[in-house]
This record gives sequence, C-alpha cells and structure tokens, in this order.
Amino acid sequence: MGSSREISVSLVADKVKELFVEANRTLGADVRAVIEAARDAENSELGRWAFDQIVENIDVAARDSLPLCQDTGLAVVFIEIGQDVHLVGGGLVEAVNDGVRRAYKEGYFRKSVCDPLSRVNTGDNTPAVIHVDIVPGGRLRLLVMPKGGGSENMSTMAMLTPSDGVEGIKRYVVETVRRAGPNPCPPIIVGVGIGGSMEAAAIVAKKTLARSPGRPNEKDPRLAALERELLDDINALGIGAEGYGGTTTALAVHVDMIPCHIASLPVAVNIQCHVARHREIII
Amino acid sequence: MKQPVVIHTPLDERTRRNLRAGDRVLLTGTVLTGRDVAHRRMYEAVTAGRDLPVDLDNAVLFYAAPTPAPPGRVIGSIGPTTSGRMDRYTPMLLERGLGAMIGKGSRSREVRDAIDRHGAVYFGAPGGVAALMSRCVREARIIAYEDAGPEAMMELAVVDFPLVVINDCVGGDLYETVNRETP
Repeated sequence: MGSSREISVSLVADKVKELFVEANRTLGADVRAVIEAARDAENSELGRWAFDQIVENIDVAARDSLPLCQDTGLAVVFIEIGQDVHLVGGGLVEAVNDGVRRAYKEGYFRKSVCDPLSRVNTGDNTPAVIHVDIVPGGRLRLLVMPKGGGSENMSTMAMLTPSDGVEGIKRYVVETVRRAGPNPCPPIIVGVGIGGSMEAAAIVAKKTLARSPGRPNEKDPRLAALERELLDDINALGIGAEGYGGTTTALAVHVDMIPCHIASLPVAVNIQCHVARHREIII
Repeated sequence: MKQPVVIHTPLDERTRRNLRAGDRVLLTGTVLTGRDVAHRRMYEAVTAGRDLPVDLDNAVLFYAAPTPAPPGRVIGSIGPTTSGRMDRYTPMLLERGLGAMIGKGSRSREVRDAIDRHGAVYFGAPGGVAALMSRCVREARIIAYEDAGPEAMMELAVVDFPLVVINDCVGGDLYETVNRETP
C-alpha cells in the first residue's frame, strides 16, 4: 500500500489567493518576451504605438501593484490531484473559492461575475470555474488563469466532420480569428483543441493557453507544423495589435489533440488576449 | 507618424467633424463611463418615458468599468470593454445628444450610420493597458446606478487620454481600412 500524503485545503486556499494576485499584476517574462519581439518586428506605425503602450503597461502594473487589465477575469482553476493525496481541513471547492474571494478583495480587483439572467453581480468574483484531474503520485498542481471576457466572447467551437480534415480545421480557426477582428484585444494567443467530445475539445483548447507562448507542441510534429501554418495564415489577416493594422495579430497558436468518435471532428478555438495571465505551483 | 490632435471637452460638433479615422488624439476633460448594465437601464428609462440619470448632450461615453481604487489612488486600472455589446442601445443615445464614444472593437452598420447622421465620433482606446491608462484619470466619482457595483456610471476627469479615431462622421472606419489593405 502506498502511503497517503495529507495536504490542508487552507494551504490550497492561500496558494490560490497568492497566484491570482500575482497573475493579475505581473505578466510572465515569457509572454513579455514574445510581445517585445513582435513590437520590434512590427511594420505598422499605429501597431507599434499600440505595442509601446502594451509594454509600458506591463512595467507600470508591476511597479504600482495595479492590475494589468481592468478585466481581472473569471477565475479559472485547473487542479491535478495525485491519487495518494488526502485533502484535509474542509472542502476543496470551498477552499478554492475562498482563495479567489480573498485575492479579488485584497488585490483591489474587479468583481466580474454575475447571475447570467438577472445580471446581478455575485460581489466577490466567485464562483471560480474549477477543473479537477486525478493523476498518479502524491502531489497537487494548481494552475490559475484569470480569463477576460472580451477574448472569451470571441472563442468558438464547432463539430466538424471527418471529411473536413486538417484543411477544414485550418479554415475554421482562421475564420474565427478573422471574425473576432479587433474585439479580443490582439495580439492574441490562439488555443485550439481538436478531438474528444464537445466539452473535452474546449477544455483541451483552454489548457493550451497555459503553455509558454510560441513553445511548439512537443508531443506530435503534425500539430507543431499546424501551429506554424495557422500562425502564418492568421498574421496574414493584417488585423494587427489592437486591430489598428499590422504584422502581428497572433503572438502564438497552440494546438493540442485527443482521440475522438469515428463520426466526429470537434474543434474548439479559445482566444486569449495579449494579457495572457496564468500562474502555477506544485504543492 | 502624425502628431496626435489635442482636444478638450465639451467636444462640440465642429471639433468632432474635423476628426478622421486613423487620427490619434489626446483628450482632456470630462468623460462618463457606462457599460452593459448602464446601457440596458438607460434604454429601459427611455422606453418608459423616464429621464436619463445623466446629461448626454455632447457627452463622451467611455465603455469601461475600472478596478476598485486602492488606498491613496483616484481610481484602479481602467480600460475599454468591447463596444459591440452596446450597439443595440447606441443609436438611441446618439439621438439624445451623445457626442462621442470610447471603446474597443467594431460597431454595427446601424451605429456607424447614426454616427454619420449625428456628427458623432467613435474612439478606440488600446485594450489591456489599464494600469498605464489609469494615470490619465485625475478625478472619479459615481454619478448613477451605484447598485450595479463595478458597472455603476462614473464621471471622470481625464488628462491627455490617448485615443485613436475608429469611426469618423464621414463614413471613415479604421478597422475597415485595415481589412481592405490586407492582400
């Protein structure tokens, strides 16, 4: 019998709080690096002006401990729990929501969650959207993503059919980005989930957004090639930073894939704005 | 690159008519904020024959809901939300004197036509640069719909607020120009 390891849910709550505060104020160095590279390669004057604002904002937010964006997002949390972990001291979901509540109050973040019909704000940015996977081992991995509404609204999914093939997937992804135009705050990162079922494709797409931008799919060379082709096709649209026209519309395209039904070809496109916020920790 | 046009509120029709899509501007003066909830409520007020809670005559309306102001600050981070969600309410507000809008993203045909008809203007503010943008805000107070929380309407005093003209009143549209010029 493997021994179990106890982890207190109050520790999880504290970490969730810390990660959301940090994610909303400090952009990852990897994201910043691709933004700066894109600024240096930008041909459009208005586009370069937009990039200058974006880079300056990253500095100001970190220096003044202010949120990078006024949309501090819906709190999306991915948790991998090792099957040898025994969570103690209360409920996991309650702990995650407690961490989110404290982060958004103490960080002076905007509360952006409401009842879908009445539109009455829940007041504390909960509930979080929580995805849990059980994995081997005795550790717990937390990945938090404050997800903005503007880019999420431009995300789409479609149940393509096997005959649509790779070309159909490419057309669908590029068309989603073209139709989104200036709305999702380009330069964007495009997360593509292929396969699975309807909901699984969307989760795969969202998970790709936590990858370091521009790092290719390392599991499948077909997907790495697809990422390069999609990035070229998307940047040929010329939408540019903030939609003002220019060389870079997308900083990166991330594709991942899982097997699907013989009748189906699900494709989900999750769009992430340039304020690509995520933080993770292993407990 | 052309120097930005310096403009002040009240933004009269003559000033608005001189602006062209693609111009960069620096705006100083009074700006109102309002987004989804405020628009729905203003629409309901007009439909029910009630007065609007704010004076829209030549007003500049910024589609924004800032983060709460930390201690010692006038405002938290602030930036534009996607304007298209306000489209169904916008022609009605332009008819009631609204002079300019600040947001991000494309507008409907109906809104662009109403902008032409009323000599209005739609400015784009860069999205996702809200910590930087907060530096342009010198005063802020809630003026309507306080119960809507972050979506309450505010009046802001802004200085040198950097914007780009997206839709001017002679049919110019920066986003469409970008589209057309792409091979």
